[in-house]
Amino acid sequence: MRANTAIGGALMALLLGAALTGAFWTPFDPLRINLRARLQAPSSVHWLGTDEFGRDVLSRIMVGAGASVIISLVTVLLAIGAGMVVGCTAGYIRGWADRVIMAVNDALLAFPGILLALAVMIVVGANKVGLILALGLAYIPSVVRVVRGTVLSIREKEYVEASRVIGNSEVYSMIRHVMPNAMAPVAVLATSMFGWVLLAESALSFLGLGVPPPAPTWGNMLAASRPFMETAAWLSIAPGLCIALTLLGINLLGDSLRDRLDPRMAHG
Amino acid sequence: MLGYLARRLAMTIPTLLLVAIAVFALVRLIPGDPVQVMLGDAADPAQAAQLRAQLGLDQPIPVQFIHWIAKLAAGDFGHSITNNLAVLPLILDRFQVSAVIVLVAVGLAACIAVPAGLVAAWKQNSLVDLSVVGGATLLLSIPSFWLGLLLLLLFGLKLKWLPVIGYVPFAENFWQAASFIVLPIATLTMVEIGVLTRMARAASIEVLRFEYVTHARAKGVPEWRVLARHVLPNAFAPTWTLIGLVLGHLLGGIAVIETVFTLPGLGRLLVDSIFARDYPVVQGCLLFTAVIYVVVNLIVDLCYPLFDPRVTVA
Repeated sequence: MRANTAIGGALMALLLGAALTGAFWTPFDPLRINLRARLQAPSSVHWLGTDEFGRDVLSRIMVGAGASVIISLVTVLLAIGAGMVVGCTAGYIRGWADRVIMAVNDALLAFPGILLALAVMIVVGANKVGLILALGLAYIPSVVRVVRGTVLSIREKEYVEASRVIGNSEVYSMIRHVMPNAMAPVAVLATSMFGWVLLAESALSFLGLGVPPPAPTWGNMLAASRPFMETAAWLSIAPGLCIALTLLGINLLGDSLRDRLDPRMAHG
Repeated sequence: MLGYLARRLAMTIPTLLLVAIAVFALVRLIPGDPVQVMLGDAADPAQAAQLRAQLGLDQPIPVQFIHWIAKLAAGDFGHSITNNLAVLPLILDRFQVSAVIVLVAVGLAACIAVPAGLVAAWKQNSLVDLSVVGGATLLLSIPSFWLGLLLLLLFGLKLKWLPVIGYVPFAENFWQAASFIVLPIATLTMVEIGVLTRMARAASIEVLRFEYVTHARAKGVPEWRVLARHVLPNAFAPTWTLIGLVLGHLLGGIAVIETVFTLPGLGRLLVDSIFARDYPVVQGCLLFTAVIYVVVNLIVDLCYPLFDPRVTVA
């Protein structure tokens, strides 16, 4: 499945390229209101048209890409980092600590991720930091589950035993020998999670519970496009297409990563 | 079987308790005085004190929690702050709308995805397999709310086959009600086909490698019968688990679909009450959704032994 890697990689490169360029340069100021250029269809000047305030859609898409990438990346790092620490601790210490941690974890998993994020958003408020915290917290439990399972199987391996026998401390054995070997499933999870978080972030923004306007995100652009769907369909098409292409890229990359790390699924 | 039932039921108790604590704690964690927030800045102190007493906020936290749980157990979810309606009937009323859409969509998606996944696995790495996997991955990547908007644009605004905005209960006018929920159901079905097909395919590939499949083929069982009798039942179990997760996931994410199609469902109720700072309704919706999710997964697990008798032994 080399095509997966190629197409997935190309789509992700496009996303990162747009996000990076958007951080330094956009064709127009994404926030500048120009009421004389309202709702213009795509043209050679405005490649993706303009919105109801005459703002350039392409510029807003580029800045929105940056917001999505940053939020998703930081959220995934947060969830993976915290999940690794908690999951490793639970899997390595075992006993009652493990039981308590996993009981709380399972209760959190009993909340669908986006609902948990919604709940946390109520407390922390709709802004970028709140969104990262909310989504990070929402996805920690799935990381904990995967990491703990992997650690439980790795800690009984001979090389971990050997590390203990030659007198290394438990903490050292865990960090030096258990954690690195638990990375493969975590890498697969992190890739899919980037997609989930990006989707959840745009869904929350679409509901008006994400990054507040006027700052552009794909989700809030899509929400704002609804009243103009009939007269200005390009407003609804561009941001959604960006989300879909990004998710497609992530899913394809995730598949090729899984094939590489889990040989059982590779060939028939 | 009874032992399995008892153990599985007992497992839900700590989960439900922790869910209740989480929902309870959540509203206490919201910055600022809830009474102040509910009444606005110009609140009269006497009125504030009265609301505080009415909500039991003048009691110590553990007492509040016990009271709250006791009331919940009696089916009293409190009253909405905006319109003073009882929360539970409001939730149940809205839940009907969401439940119909989600159940029909998941059912349809499973009916399409399981055979598609099976055929793709059977013809692994063929053109058929490639198109099924490609199609599923594409569907998996389209956000539900965007797909909904596109369908609305095409069938509602351009072709004018279906109404764009509104909802009528089924009891009032069946066909009109159906016309309002066709598009939401189609949207969710398409999105879920992606996830379920990939799962069904992966599970079928694993099963196809087992020796009993080779054995069945070797003794001359027709290929369709091998698939129907040996592969499908065994590949269905993991897919069935996923169906439970998908149901819960859909209930959590239904708000976006209900927003796109302006349906008065549970998700929309939750989001609207978040905006209105109507905390009793928010609490009720979160708790109700979590309980439904737990119950759905319980039912899924309890059905497991029906497909796979080995489960009860474990």
